Parts: sequence; C-alpha cells; structure tokens
Amino acid sequence: MSTDTLSNHGDHAHEHDHHDTSGTKLFGFWVYLMSDLIIFGSLFATFAVLLKGTADGPTPGEIFELPFVLVETFLLLFSSFTYGMAVLAMNADRASQVKAWLAITFLLGAGFVGMEVYEFQHLIHEGFGPDRSAFLSAFFTLVGTHGLHVTFGLIWILVMLIQVQTKGLTDMTRPRIMCLSLFWHFLDIVWICVFSFVYLMGVL
Amino acid sequence: MFGKLTLEAIPFHEPIIMVTAAVIAIGGLALVGALTYFKKWGYLWTEWITSIDHKKLGIMYFLVALVMLIRGFADAIMMRSQQALAAGGAEGFLPPHHYDQIFSAHGVIMIFFVAMPMVIGLMNLVVPLQIGARDVAFPFMNNLSFWLFAAGVVLVNISLVVGEFAQTGWLAYAPLSGIEYSPGVGVDYWIWALQISGIGTTLTGINFFVTIIKMRTKGMKLFRMPIFTWTSLCANVLIIASFPILTATIALLTLDRYLGMHFFTNDFGGNMMMYVNLIWAWGHPEVYILILPAFGVFSEVIATFARKRLFGYGTMVWATVAITVLSFIVWLHHFFTMGAGANVNAFFGIMTMIIAIPTGVKIFNWLFTMYRGRIEFTSPVLWTLGFIITFSIGGMTGVMLSIPAANFVLHNSLFVIAHFHNVIIGGVVFGMLAGLTYWFPKAFGFTLNEKWGKRSFWCWLVGFYVAFMPLYVLSFFGAVRRMQSYANSDWQPLMIVAWVGAVIIMCGIACTVIQFYVSIRDRKQNLDLTGDPWDGRTLEWATSSPAQFYNFAHLPEIQGVDDFWRMKQENGGKTPLSEGPYQDIHMPKDTWEGPVIGGLSIVFGFALIWHIWWLAIVGGLGMFGVFMARIFREDVDYYVPAAEVERIEREHRKSVERGVPQSSTYASQVGGQA
Amino acid sequence: MNRTPHLRKLGVLLLAVLPLLLAGCSSALLDPKGQIGEEQRTLILTSFGLMQIVVIPVIVMTLLFAWRYRRSNREASYRPDWHHSNLIEAVVWFVPCVIIVFLAVLTWYTSHSLDPHKPIEPTAEQQDPIEIQAVSLDWKWLFIYPEQGIATVNELAFPEDTPVHFRVTSGSVMNSFFIPRLGSQIYAMAGMDNDVHLVADEPGVYAGRSTNYSGAGFADMIFDAHVGTQQDFDAWVEKVRESSESLTYPDEYYALAAPSEANPVEYFSEVSPSLYESIIKSFKAGGRHAEYMAALAGEGHGAGHGEEAADAHGESVSAEAAE
Repeated sequence: MSTDTLSNHGDHAHEHDHHDTSGTKLFGFWVYLMSDLIIFGSLFATFAVLLKGTADGPTPGEIFELPFVLVETFLLLFSSFTYGMAVLAMNADRASQVKAWLAITFLLGAGFVGMEVYEFQHLIHEGFGPDRSAFLSAFFTLVGTHGLHVTFGLIWILVMLIQVQTKGLTDMTRPRIMCLSLFWHFLDIVWICVFSFVYLMGVL
Repeated sequence: MFGKLTLEAIPFHEPIIMVTAAVIAIGGLALVGALTYFKKWGYLWTEWITSIDHKKLGIMYFLVALVMLIRGFADAIMMRSQQALAAGGAEGFLPPHHYDQIFSAHGVIMIFFVAMPMVIGLMNLVVPLQIGARDVAFPFMNNLSFWLFAAGVVLVNISLVVGEFAQTGWLAYAPLSGIEYSPGVGVDYWIWALQISGIGTTLTGINFFVTIIKMRTKGMKLFRMPIFTWTSLCANVLIIASFPILTATIALLTLDRYLGMHFFTNDFGGNMMMYVNLIWAWGHPEVYILILPAFGVFSEVIATFARKRLFGYGTMVWATVAITVLSFIVWLHHFFTMGAGANVNAFFGIMTMIIAIPTGVKIFNWLFTMYRGRIEFTSPVLWTLGFIITFSIGGMTGVMLSIPAANFVLHNSLFVIAHFHNVIIGGVVFGMLAGLTYWFPKAFGFTLNEKWGKRSFWCWLVGFYVAFMPLYVLSFFGAVRRMQSYANSDWQPLMIVAWVGAVIIMCGIACTVIQFYVSIRDRKQNLDLTGDPWDGRTLEWATSSPAQFYNFAHLPEIQGVDDFWRMKQENGGKTPLSEGPYQDIHMPKDTWEGPVIGGLSIVFGFALIWHIWWLAIVGGLGMFGVFMARIFREDVDYYVPAAEVERIEREHRKSVERGVPQSSTYASQVGGQA
Repeated sequence: MNRTPHLRKLGVLLLAVLPLLLAGCSSALLDPKGQIGEEQRTLILTSFGLMQIVVIPVIVMTLLFAWRYRRSNREASYRPDWHHSNLIEAVVWFVPCVIIVFLAVLTWYTSHSLDPHKPIEPTAEQQDPIEIQAVSLDWKWLFIYPEQGIATVNELAFPEDTPVHFRVTSGSVMNSFFIPRLGSQIYAMAGMDNDVHLVADEPGVYAGRSTNYSGAGFADMIFDAHVGTQQDFDAWVEKVRESSESLTYPDEYYALAAPSEANPVEYFSEVSPSLYESIIKSFKAGGRHAEYMAALAGEGHGAGHGEEAADAHGESVSAEAAE
C-alpha cells in the first residue's frame, strides 16, 4: 500500500498532508485517462467503420495534406518535450523555470490548435464540412475531440501558470502539474494514433 | 430568444399529464412551504446539499431513486393498463404519441434513475465503511457526481410537462432517434438527461475504484475485502470501461441531430448498425453494473443471517471477476437478428452462455452458505431466497435467448421483456431492497419495520410472477414488445392477468412507503444503539449507528475475511474502536460548488434541448466559472481535534448506556422533520 | 414467523402452471407450420429441458436448506466456520460447465443449420424456391414479387412446400420481418440487403408483423401471409394483376413511402423493374432518399447535400458487414 493514503493519517497527525494525497490524485487521474482513452477508442472504431462512407464526397487521400499535418505533429511532440522540462524544473524547485517551460508549451499547443482550426476552416470552406459525408463526420469528430482536449489542456496550462505565480510550488500545485503532465503526454500518444491511422493510412 | 420553446410546448390538452403536473406542483409548493415555515433551508443546505459525507450522499441517492421508482412505476401501470384494454381494434386510453413516450421513459427511468442510484447509493453508504476508510478518495467529486445525476433526473421530469420525451425506446436506436425521424425535442431530452447524469456516473466509477484500491485500512488485502466491496469494485471497473462508450455514442447522436452529421443516418454513408453496436457495447456491461452489487448484497445478507461464513469466498470473487470480463464480449447477443454470419452469432451466443457458469456457481455458493447455518428469516433473507429462485428462472430464460437460432423467434417478443424483468426485478430490485433493509440502521440508527418489509416482499414476489409469467406465455403466441394496441384479442386475458400482477407490485411499493412511515414513527422502539443490530461480520458494523461523520475514531486493523466477526469472538463482543486515546482526524470540507454546477448543468441541458443558444452559453460558462472557483479554493479540508473526537465518542458511549440516541444523529434529524 | 411453506407452494404451482399454459393453447412458436419453425421449437424445448438439470435442484435446495437450517430447528447441525469444500466446489463448477458445453455444441450446430441466410434445399416433395422482397416503410410492409412483376402492401401469399427467399430491406427506420409460425425473423435496415429463408408446410393464414419498434404506427405494422396450393397462389397473383394501381420508382414509390398508419392492403399490378434495388440504392451515394423525403416533409432538411453523381455505383451492402 502506498504510504500517502488517508488510512495512515492517524499515525502522524498534523503532518502536512492532504485529504486527496498526491499519490491518490495521480492514480485517480490516470484512471480517468483510461476512461478517456475508451472515448477515443470508440471514436477510432467509428472512424474505421465509416471510412468508406464518403457518399461521393472526398476520400481521405483527396483532402489530407501530410506536410501540414506533419508540422502540427512536431509542434505537439515538441510541446511534450517542453512539458517534460517543466516537470524537471518543478522537481528542482525552480518556479520561474517551470513558468517559462509551461509558457513555451502553451505556445506550441496553441500553434497546434491554431493549425487544426485552419485545416478545419479550410475544409469547410471547400464544401467538405462534417455534414458532407459520414467519413467527414467521423474525421472532424475524432480529430476535433482531440483538438478540444488540447484546448482544455491549454486552459489548464494557463490556470497552472496563474497558480504557480500566486501560490508557488506547493502541495496543491505540484500534483496538478503532474496530472497535467500525464494529460499532455496522453494527448500526444492519442495524436500519434490519429496521425498514423487517420492521416498516414488515409493517404497511403 | 427562447429557441424552439413556446407556450405550445406545454401539453395542456393531455389531462393525465396536467393532473400529474398539478399534483407535483402542489406537492413541491407544500415542500417548499414547509421548509420555509420550519426554517429548514439552512439545515438542508449545510447538512445535505453541500455535504461531502458519503453516507449522506448515499441516502440522497436512495431517496431520489425511491421517488423515481414511483414515477417509473406509474409509467409501468399505464402501459399494463393500456395493453389490458387495447385489444382487437380497441385503442385504449393512450394514443401512440403518449404510449411511446411512456415505455421509453419507463426504461430510461428504471435503469438510469432508479436502479443506478440505488446501486451507487448503496456503494456510497457501505463501501468506505466496509474498507475502514474515513471517506472516498475524492469527496468533492462525489458530491458533484450526485448533483450531475440529479440534474439528469430533473431534465427527465421537466420533459413530462415542457415538451415531450423520446418516442424511441430506452436506447433510442438510430435512425429512428435521428433528426429525420424524430424532429421533436423528445430525443434531445433523452440525450442531455443521460449525457449529464452519465458523466456523473463515470466520475463515481473512478472515485470508488480509486477509493477501494487506495484507501483500504491496514491489513485489508484485496482478498480480505467483503464481497459487497468486491462486487462494487468490479461494477466500478465496468463503469469506467463502459460509460465512456455511452458518452461517445450519445455525443455522436448529438452531432447528427444538432450539426447535421451522418454517423447513424440512413444516407450519406452513415451506419446505423454502428449505433446499435456501440450502445450495446455499453448496454451489456451496464446490466452487470447493476446486478454485481446486488450479488454482493445477497452474499452479505446470507452470511450474516445464516450466522455462518460465506461458502467459497475465493470462488465468489473469481466468479465475479469472470463475469466482469465476459460482460464485454457478449454485446452482439442483443441483435443476432441483424443478420451477422453464423460464426459471429455462434461465438457471441456461446460467450453469453458461458456467463451462466460463474453465475450458477455463485448461486450454489449462496445455497451452501445456508447449509449448516442457523438462518433467521428476516426480510433481507426473504428477498435473498426470492432472488435465488426467481433469478434461476431468469438466468434460464437468458440462456435460451442466447442461443441465436432460438433468439430468431424470441427476439423483440414479450419473452425478452419477461426475461429482463425476471433478472432485474428478481435480481437488482430484490437486492437493493434487501440492501436497503440491511444497512438502513447503519444510515439512520434504527431498524426498519419487519412486518411491513415482509408484506412488501410477498407483494413483489407474487406480483412479479403474476405480471411477467403471462408475458413469457404471450411471447409464444407472437406478442411483441412496445405494442400500443394489438389486433389479436386472444391475448387480452393474459394481458389482464399481467395488469393484476402490476397492481400487486404496486401494493408492494405501498408497503415499502408504509414501512418507512411506521419505522420512523416507532423508531424509539427500534433503535440500534450498539451499531451492530444483526450481529454482523464486516467492518461497517464495528462503528456506531449512524456512523459518525468521520466513520471510525480509530481506523481498524484487519487480519482476515469477516474480521469484525473474529474481533467479536475474541473480545467477547467488545470492539475497541471507539476508545481513546484519540488523535486529530483529517476531513474534507463541504462544498457549494457541486450543487451549483449541478444546477447550472440543468440550465445548460435545458437550453440545448430547446436551442436557446445564449442560455446554453451562460450555463456552460457558469459551470466553467464555478469549477475555476473550486480549483482556486484552498480551504478544502480541516482537522477534527482529538478533544472533539473524544467528546463525540464519550457522548456516544453514554447514550448507548442510557439507551437514548445522540442528539446529532440522523435519526433525530429525520424525526425532527417527520 | 416462518413463511417457507408458502414459498414452496408457489414454486410448485408455478412449475405446474407454466407448461399447462404453454401446451393448452395453439401457440405460434410451439405449433409451427414450417420446417425452420419446427427446428426452433425443438431447440427451445431442448434447451429448456437441459437447464432444468440445474434450475430444479436450485429451487429444491433453496427451499430445503432454508427450511432445514432455520434458526428454530436446533436439531440441524450448525457449523459457523465451515466455508470450503473441494468436493462441492468441484461439483458446482463441473455440472454447469457440462451443461454449457452441451448447449454450446448445440448452439454452434444450430447457428449454422438455422442461419437465416442459408438457402433451404428443396426436398423431393418441395417445389423450387421463389423470391419475395420485403420493404418496411412508415408504417407498412411493401412486398415485391420480382418473378411475377407485382407488389402488395400488408399482404403476403406464397405456395406451401415452397422455400421462400425473403430479401428484406427498409425504406425508413429499422424494422424486423417476422412470421411467428414459420420461424426466424430478420432486421429490415435501410440501404442493406438482408435475407431470411422460410418455408410453410401446410396451408393457412399466418399472422406476420414487424417486431422492432419503429415509431407511431408500429402497432399496426401487421400483415397476413396466405399460404395455399400452387393454384391458390396463381389465382392470388392474377387477382393482384387485376389491380389498376402501379408502383413506379421514384414518384409512386415515394408517394407510398409517406408515413401512414394502419395502412389497408394494396395491390400493384405493375412494378418498376429492380424497384427493390432502387430502394436500397436510394440511400447510397447519389441516392434520392434525402431529396424526396425533404420534398415530402415540405422542409429543407438535407437540402444542399443532394450531390447528384451521374453514376450511382452504390452497391448493396450485405448486412454481414455488421460484423
């Protein structure tokens, strides 16, 4: 058993501990991510089933621009690296470095979301919106759900920037930065699946 | 300004609905008036609405479930009455528009808003106590889960008076539920009620899974956990793994309806079979989410009242785990008639019947727990005996349905209806009512009246057989589900018998209501002062009844299965858990954010149902804002000083000696309101 | 205090009453009129009987143990710590396993032999198979006889001892095509070509219906299947041919497809060639379903989607894609 559960509080009362101790929090967040993974799994399955449902609209090969998506991918991958740097800085108790790395991560993530919004807007403009065919519905929804997650991640990064600024690296902010780290890397992994299964396999 | 919402949305021309609405309005006003008159608003807010105490949340879940049981049953008796009347050309008293809403609402309400909250309520009430924890892993989230669930309840009930409910059946199969075939707001009510409460359920699943994995008291290894905790653990695994599928499926249907997408439409490449697959990939595990905790209840009840250790603890656990795993690879048996190939059908059929093996083993384990025991025929035991017999029959019809070639004639017939009521009433309802009776004293400090409990049991048992055996028979005559009327008047006599059965079940529900009234009235004679009214075996009986808000003054240390029983055997009935010296206890603080987010989610959902976009934005931003407020709040916990713990425990011991309940117990609180 | 005797009485009563009720009347599933239905009846009764090996002992043991080990019976042995027995555990795993193995074999065998997609090989006495196409609409059944070039609504006829290949699709939401006395049902789904093979052994009028709820008019989605001799069938075909109504695709078909409840029987003496295929294709790329439905509803849902591809190459997807 982990030592940071509530069950052991009685033994060392008034030690500075929290009801949601960080181990439990991280574990809980990890479990949440697993359930989120199942949402993505359902969307991937739906995408696979509807891939052929183009209804005389465009096929994957006709609308995907791999170089563009590759840039997106590298933005996100690099943001995972910078987030890792933020965690290292946190472990070294360097609050200002944490903020700097978080800010860089934010910019990279924002760039990713911006590019995705541009891609979507471009497709809709061409008449290939999500209401054009089942394939496009599934494509927009799968990629868009990932994009929404990244957007929430960006908001969360902003919140952590504010909290690290106002509260510093405390027992409250540290587990949150760790949870966000899990979240951010998780989105990276999901994106790699999106890139491979949706874009690469769609074009090849 | 108000989207699709106009005054015409209120069905003034439907007398049944208007009378119901009037009764609800009068009752609601009376309640509000009484709360104001007795100045109980503050009490309600601080002690219940904002409470993060898992025991109080459990009680609230159960309360909502019982109210919704009455609503769902009203639907049931209207359906039975309609079918008893509408034979051979007669139209009955419900036109299709109304009848179709009723059977859809009945299914949705009974599964999502009766069975689920009963199961989750019982988990809330019992699991932390059984594992020797002070609370759940994430107390704020637990409160939020409840209020999201409650928001779903409110939306379903609003649909009764404003607009309409889905006319699609409880699973809203596409493309019938798509915008082309269901342009009204009914399906939107279905969508948002289930989506909001479903998210609450997912959070509950995560919360209790983490609680059970991380917060067990010292010495409580996994294979020392009480069976109810084990079954809850497995049910929560199922929630975590299956509810996201529901969330995704409903979201896709939402996109089809709101943004004109083509996931499940007939044309533009949509695939409605994907909807059916997805909804059952959630739907089948869902039935095990309901039944596994009920299995847990029966295990606890039978061991306690046979005064004997549960037979085959290990087998029981592994059977539960096996059912958990298998429940994910059987979903296709809900639609063999879709026409998949023989190999696929045979695979899913065989997987389904394999589930009968661990289930059968469980039944034999309960039987051999009774063997060489000393069984006391309390009402929980009667529910258990009724369950074993009824569930065996239901399991048998389930196996018959799982044979694809037989399913081709039984599918969609009343056989299916009879089968799942056979297992849901005989399993889940009996289990939850047994659990309610069994743990009621732990929640309130006094036991329920046995006489009325037994009457309720006999009504339910007899009522069930009278109501549903005729449906099995009718299915052999070709009667199918969801018929608003039928031409063949030969079916009518058995339909009338089924109606009589429903009336008998209604008597059972009435008995339960009377049971509450009588029990509260006579609570002084039925006080549970020791905290252990049944001579129990597991940790929840080691603390006072009702348990203090911190559950245990000392967290117990465990040496084996049924450890409280061992403690009692070794210490001659005394348990040292409430004796000093005491230490400070770390506890979470109550939360206003949970109920407010829940309230705003009603606004959000209602606005989306009626396409009132500005209001949806207000609701959505409001939820986000309140959540942010929570994120930035730091005073989320506090310490109960050792001296305070000592005072509470001393008072408790004194009251036990005097035979008077403590002033701060729920019993007196409830009494104050009654 | 003790209520078990009542429980026992109830159980006995139940067991006695159920078969009586089932056997006493002419039930559609227990008195089938076709070979598929007969095999399914045997299967249902076999599985029911097999499971009695577990169900009856469970019910008896429940009542017996509860009575024997009641608290007031001080003669019964009481062993509070007895909670394990390898022998009992072995038996309670073994017996259900054996039954399920047996049922699994039966399931595997019957899933293939009674596969609705499997054609019925005509026996010596039987005639060559015929094809009938069934289309579920809101809320009626359209039956197309491609070999005869006729169609009907809510009435079906075919000769006895003739395997019938029903091809089943939907022009609307999902329904299920079912004639209880003949056996298997199958889902009718838009854009999909499903099928079921049935045969009737004796003449009669057999009730059929949709079993899958499909909206407001679902209760009246019923039809009669008239089974007679070949001569009866030929006479019936002639009767249909006398009708002045025709069913051309798309206009007359979409007029028929408009929602109606308790639709009367209708005959069509002339039918567009490959009407059935056209209905399936109407949901495919370049299909006209959305366009016509929008026109019917008098509103513009789907307007602008109707991309008219010159070549409608939408092939009919077999329902086996459901896997």
